[in-house]
Amino acid sequence: MEKFTRLDALVVPLDRANVDTDAIIPKQYLKSVQRSGFGPNLFDDWRYLTPGEPGQDHSQRPLNPDFVLNQPRYAGARILLARENFGCGSSREHAVWALEDAGFRVVVAPSFADIFFNNCFKNGVLPVVVEGAVLDRLFAAVAGCEGYRLQVDLQAQQLVTPQGEVIGFEVDEFRKYCLLNGLDDIGLTLQQAEAIREYERKRRQEAPWLFA
Amino acid sequence: MGATLYDKLWQAHCVREDADGTTLLYIDRHLVHEVTSPQAFEGLRLARRQPWRTDSVLAVPDHNVPTTPRGHGVSDIADPVSRLQVETLDRNCSDFGIREFTMNDPRQGIVHVIGPEQGATLPGMTVVCGDSHTSTHGAFGALAFGIGTSEVEHVLATQCLIQKKSKNMQVRVEGRLGPGVTAKDVVLAIIGEIGTAGGTGYAIEFAGSAIAALSMEGRMTVCNMAIEAGARAGMVAVDQTTIDYIAGRPFAPQGEQWSRAVAAWRDLVSDADAHFDRVVTLQAAAIAPQVTWGTSPEMVMAVDARVPDPEQVADPVKRDGMRKALAYMALQPGTAVSDIALDKVFIGSCTNSRIEDLRAAAAVAAGRRVADNVKLALVVPGSGLVKQQAEAEGLHEIFIAAGFQWREPGCSMCLAMNADRLEAGERCASTSNRNFEGRQGAGGRTHLVSPAMAAAAAVCGHFVDVRELGPQTGAH
Repeated sequence: MEKFTRLDALVVPLDRANVDTDAIIPKQYLKSVQRSGFGPNLFDDWRYLTPGEPGQDHSQRPLNPDFVLNQPRYAGARILLARENFGCGSSREHAVWALEDAGFRVVVAPSFADIFFNNCFKNGVLPVVVEGAVLDRLFAAVAGCEGYRLQVDLQAQQLVTPQGEVIGFEVDEFRKYCLLNGLDDIGLTLQQAEAIREYERKRRQEAPWLFA
Repeated sequence: MGATLYDKLWQAHCVREDADGTTLLYIDRHLVHEVTSPQAFEGLRLARRQPWRTDSVLAVPDHNVPTTPRGHGVSDIADPVSRLQVETLDRNCSDFGIREFTMNDPRQGIVHVIGPEQGATLPGMTVVCGDSHTSTHGAFGALAFGIGTSEVEHVLATQCLIQKKSKNMQVRVEGRLGPGVTAKDVVLAIIGEIGTAGGTGYAIEFAGSAIAALSMEGRMTVCNMAIEAGARAGMVAVDQTTIDYIAGRPFAPQGEQWSRAVAAWRDLVSDADAHFDRVVTLQAAAIAPQVTWGTSPEMVMAVDARVPDPEQVADPVKRDGMRKALAYMALQPGTAVSDIALDKVFIGSCTNSRIEDLRAAAAVAAGRRVADNVKLALVVPGSGLVKQQAEAEGLHEIFIAAGFQWREPGCSMCLAMNADRLEAGERCASTSNRNFEGRQGAGGRTHLVSPAMAAAAAVCGHFVDVRELGPQTGAH
């Protein structure tokens, strides 16, 4: 996993609530057995005017000029500003893979769906929760200022606006540690192998039918 | 103070807990399907790791499989990309020594149907799968939740997950459901009440006399959609209904083990003095058959209501969401539910494809005909064994005589990864779980309903209150 420490990047606003993982990456692209290559199909149904299929040359498909990610002023954005319950629905990690593949490292929203939130941390993407009033101000600021950027500092747990306003955010200590160091948590868990075996020995006595 | 069912399940699976609450949680059952596992197996290979406990894993292809005749096996999957994904699962299971019900095994079916059907889902277990609808298995007094592919790899490699405990919510449904009102209507009404993010951060226990009166099939339908309320896990306490369902199933304990297990399972209930962080109560008698009108499961109404008007809503984000949803659904505020005509009907999915669901739909379809304006009415059983049972009861003949198509088991048009899908602009009455934009096919419009309501919509060509359908005429 790629480390995440700090980022200074352009912000794109996606102003709708309950953006589900079917919208982030539609089902036809889940047929891939790879972990990469989902970027061109991020928000596929909103982004293109024609339906898409895996294996197609997506650069030839007409773009929907009304969709915010297609607007030239947001080209190269790496921070996505979103609304409530972002990433709801299916558990598909492909949604995070698509965001990451399209260059996004941070999603800022007032709330996230649980599974999506977890999946972000496994892929070096930082989901940042900010409260509604702050978010409303960020949406207004982005709309009003072309080239609006945010600085994200994970160590300090801060977003910094171009005006120097500092917005603090919470992040779980263990996840922060893994993200800052780009750590694979399977390796960390396997350091507990003896504790897992000890649990199994005890559990097998209590509930042998679970080990049949 | 006493413990909730969730507290008990959590505590029993805690391998270790750090000071900040980060917990290494042991996983008893890992269900695997073809869509969210290939990259996890590839990760194991790259790191030269082996599965920790292959006997805990049960795999089945379900999302990509065709529901049309497939007697030739995997070569009957027309789409080469889908075929490769199913072949990849077969190869991974073979390489790593994992038990799999392959596509043409009579036990194959939707992963959340076959786990319980086989007795592979048992009370007191932790059950995970790379699929959000894993919450289904909580119906058995299990802690069951969906995970992403990195976590699939983590469970394969370590038999554990790194988790933090959720808060406890209890949703009580009290009293008796009216005739024609089903578990699906109950869970849609709950989501309408608490919202699609209402359960975020919680594990929900469904309780109350109306939940206790449900069959296991009904409880599975309710727990299945806990995720649509934002809760990763939904669950129901163990009672005699649970134990009777499990007895004699292939993976269930036998003999002396069975008696010991049953004794342990009896404790899988919330203590009388347990604390819930939030309690929501609904009255069963007030729940009517439900129909979703929008593009989120919380956008739901009673069958006798009218499509709501966004202009009556004060919150601007919510109002804008409603406007977008109505535009996508091509619906006007104030439209009566019965004025919504359908192009397709889908009866199936991990929410509603079990035998009880098919019986309910067949009871409505019997002696009637699918309306002329309905281009396709699909019945997709949840598993090969559900299909066999339905055929033994003659349900397939009822469906076929009424003009429904009787298909092979799989996820099918719930998410349209196989060939079963909506075309742009088509409107569908569906017994599945998500009405998101494009879920059943790009541009398709989904209304979520119960199996009986879906069958009634199929024979009438538009939504109708199943309670008012009247006696069968045999000549619709």
